[in-house]
Amino acid sequence: MSLVRSKWLSYLAKSSESDLVGLYESTGLDPSYTYLRKPEIGTIMATARIGNTGQKFNAGEISVTRCSIQLEDGKLVGHGYVQGRSKKKSTVAALCDALMQSDKRTLIESKIVIKLKEIEKKRHDLIKRKAEKTKVDFFTLVRGEDEK
Amino acid sequence: MYVAVKGGERAIDNAHRWLEDERRGDRKVTDLSVDQIKTQLSLSIAKVMAEGSLFDPELASLAIKQARGDLIEAIFLIRAYRTTLPRFGFGQPINTDKMIAKRRISATFKDIPGGQLLGPTFDYTHRLLDFKLLADGSIDEFEPGKDTEQMFQHVTQFLNNEGIIETEETSSSEAESPDLTRQPLEIPANRALRLQALTRSDEGFLLGMAYSTQRGFGRNHPFVGELRIGLISVEFEIPEIGFNIEIAEIEISECETVNQFLGSKTHPPKFTRGYGFVFGQSERKAISMALVDRALRWKELGEVSDGAPAQDEEFVLYHGDNIQATGFVEHIKLPHYVDFQAELELIRKIRKTAFEAKKG
Repeated sequence: MSLVRSKWLSYLAKSSESDLVGLYESTGLDPSYTYLRKPEIGTIMATARIGNTGQKFNAGEISVTRCSIQLEDGKLVGHGYVQGRSKKKSTVAALCDALMQSDKRTLIESKIVIKLKEIEKKRHDLIKRKAEKTKVDFFTLVRGEDEK
Repeated sequence: MYVAVKGGERAIDNAHRWLEDERRGDRKVTDLSVDQIKTQLSLSIAKVMAEGSLFDPELASLAIKQARGDLIEAIFLIRAYRTTLPRFGFGQPINTDKMIAKRRISATFKDIPGGQLLGPTFDYTHRLLDFKLLADGSIDEFEPGKDTEQMFQHVTQFLNNEGIIETEETSSSEAESPDLTRQPLEIPANRALRLQALTRSDEGFLLGMAYSTQRGFGRNHPFVGELRIGLISVEFEIPEIGFNIEIAEIEISECETVNQFLGSKTHPPKFTRGYGFVFGQSERKAISMALVDRALRWKELGEVSDGAPAQDEEFVLYHGDNIQATGFVEHIKLPHYVDFQAELELIRKIRKTAFEAKKG
């Protein structure tokens, strides 16, 4: 299987700093790079729709961090748009994005991106499985006069 | 009018140092960590994020710690911090159909596809204090159930299929929906702007407004068509590459109310809707928001207003923001010596004139 760029950027963006940085460090990679844009903390305004289908409204902001890097070797560019305020996470995400476009792709995909995907799935599955255990079957009581 | 005063620096410095000391409290007791607040006071975090209008659990926890648990003070810190950040852009509209739901209930239909999930709720507890928590009792981990898939259609869609509830449709003018963090809130506000104001309003204020509508100040006693709480991804277009990624995952509460509507000169009888959408697990506020949203819609539905506070958008939108409210209410405790001196002089003068007139 092969992930498209929007997918890998999504897993990188939503991961926790400790998961992402931990997995990245475990690869032993340490490429030289320069910042095209230094890590910068900002926000995006989340929007929603009235009743989920109606007019769009501004729901509130979310903290995000972004940066862009260029690898010395090969001049590939990576972008690190991530949730939260970690400059480290943003930088590592940008490095992973650039490396995913290089001959290191298989390594980064198998050792980092797929792992992050699994962590996310596990987190979601756990919520679903706990929620499933609280599923109720409400029933309205049958009253005497209805009995035959 | 407020006239500036000078001086008092030493007293202010010392007051703030004492404040720090009081915040830390008894040194024999372990310092409260931001992680502890984040993981164990999650509903306080939800309130601070919703009313601070910034989704960032770590910052909300820090703010709560710094504010000694005063949530409005914490919200103030978050609002102040937010103004220092550049905004990279707007997320794509969130699709709550895709929610990973912790909780999803309906008070209108008992049998809904996907079922009713109670989630981690206070409902049906007996509200008895649990003294085991005083004794440091350990709590068993909640064992998850079996693997399952979720894809929940909104409950209001079932009424849609019958055509007996109004539908929510996109509007061609939505690009013009103003952002109250960038332009002053102006009245009349469209529904999108009202919802932006309501979702960052004070929970207590909205609760009171919602309660007033149920008790008869603007008749409005709806059913909760659906209430859901869970995780949702937020998509954002990366400008450098021109496509959307899921940049964040946030927890939200969503409430849709179904209101009876007997029709008006312009609209046939049908059910109408109110909408609540709030950051974090904040269902009391999501329900309140939906009630107040519906109450404020009297004009567009051709209803007659009772003149109730909850139907008055100026009243609701201009008084729901707890940071604006606390700023104005609390500023009167700051030195007003010059103003008061002026009033004192005035009253003395009037009294003198009045007494002299009496003596005649």
